[in-house]
Amino acid sequence: MLTKRIIPCLDIRNGRVVKGKNFKNVNDVEDPVKMAAFYDENGADELVFYDITASVDERPLFTDILKKVASQIFIPLTVGGGINTLDDFDRVLKAGADKVSVNSGAVKDPSLINKAAKRYGDQCVVLSMDVARVDGKYHVFTKGGRFDSGIDALQWAKMGEENGAGEIVLNSIDTDGVKKGFDLEMLYDLSKVVSIPIIASGGAGGKEDFLELFRLEGIDAGLAASIFHFREVSIKELKTFLKNNKVPVRTVG
Amino acid sequence: MIAVIDYGVGNLFSISSSLDFIGIENVITDRADVLKKADKIILPGVGAFEDAMNKLKATGLIPALNKEVASGKPLLGICLGMQLLFDVSYEYGEHKGLSYINGKVKSLKKAFEDAQLNLKVPHMGWNSLIFQNSSCPLLKNIKEGEYVYFVHSFYAAECCESVAAFSRYGIDVSAIVQKNNVFGTQFHPEKSGRIGLNILKNFCSL
Repeated sequence: MLTKRIIPCLDIRNGRVVKGKNFKNVNDVEDPVKMAAFYDENGADELVFYDITASVDERPLFTDILKKVASQIFIPLTVGGGINTLDDFDRVLKAGADKVSVNSGAVKDPSLINKAAKRYGDQCVVLSMDVARVDGKYHVFTKGGRFDSGIDALQWAKMGEENGAGEIVLNSIDTDGVKKGFDLEMLYDLSKVVSIPIIASGGAGGKEDFLELFRLEGIDAGLAASIFHFREVSIKELKTFLKNNKVPVRTVG
Repeated sequence: MIAVIDYGVGNLFSISSSLDFIGIENVITDRADVLKKADKIILPGVGAFEDAMNKLKATGLIPALNKEVASGKPLLGICLGMQLLFDVSYEYGEHKGLSYINGKVKSLKKAFEDAQLNLKVPHMGWNSLIFQNSSCPLLKNIKEGEYVYFVHSFYAAECCESVAAFSRYGIDVSAIVQKNNVFGTQFHPEKSGRIGLNILKNFCSL
């Protein structure tokens, strides 16, 4: 049986894992290679690496980290942050990424989704969206959640699917860092308009939040950072809890 | 030594680093003499069938590969590399494969439509293995029910006699196939954690 996936997200700045609240006040946490190994041992189903600074100067450092992780961790790795061109896809795929997540880069150049899907396959292209409610509508935000693009998020998701995105990460800015649960309303609305896998992000505060999430039909994975980084919830515990509540999950030894 | 065929398709880095990690000497190659010297061959692949088959043809390696396979050298196809082992694929048209194993590669979407199942395509994520032929050497020390990582939109059909293990996603999806010295995994062993590494180890110690 296909399982629901639990995905820790590692935001990387200057070679360290960081996590902020509502994308601001970023705190330094830990060595990404150690973190990745820890998560792998505890049953993470995939890992997401997000290069949150993504400046040209810091790229070699990030690629280096990615190579180190990919040579030791054998579960799927998704990379995002600063992906604007096919060359960016190439750079991170060669460093060991399996999937590449596009966000602001796709807003700037929507043809990037289709070009990348054609070259690397749909499975490789993850459309990541930072979304907040503006006047009763869902808007896509760019630049790490700082800029309102004015784009309707549901239309944008449909366009992404039609152009070959293989998965969608929906990060709700309204619930991110608040730890009071995923944005079930927004996720439900998204699940009605696309048929590719949906990864929910933003708002996980405890085990119960994941159970609520997976009770919603059409959600394939839950992504979180801080609750895993600060060991508030262990992935092992979370999966045992979900399994006991009849959510299909992969458990490890 | 394991030869990993480089034909411009797929993430060779992760296959090569997983072999490094389990201590297996490996080389990424597009040369016939290296295939000949190798003890075993891995055919990776992601993307579309036709494009991959064309790229494989363009390397000029197919005659050498045919020869090695006929001589009994173990070959492992991974994901799209597994699909290439069959007679034909119906991914965007009809395309001939390598015909090492009898069977046809068909669309999951169509299978779900025919069976009136409302399931997402691609079949993406961790699914459990159900054994059909537990004597397949790739399954040595692997427990039934263990999870492996899949990402695919097409599946191998009409190959029942070669299926060693399958996974259930609406229909029975061929997960591990074997015909004599030719093996294939629809999932990615190099991305399936410890279980995947053990399956690779099993292939390497044939």
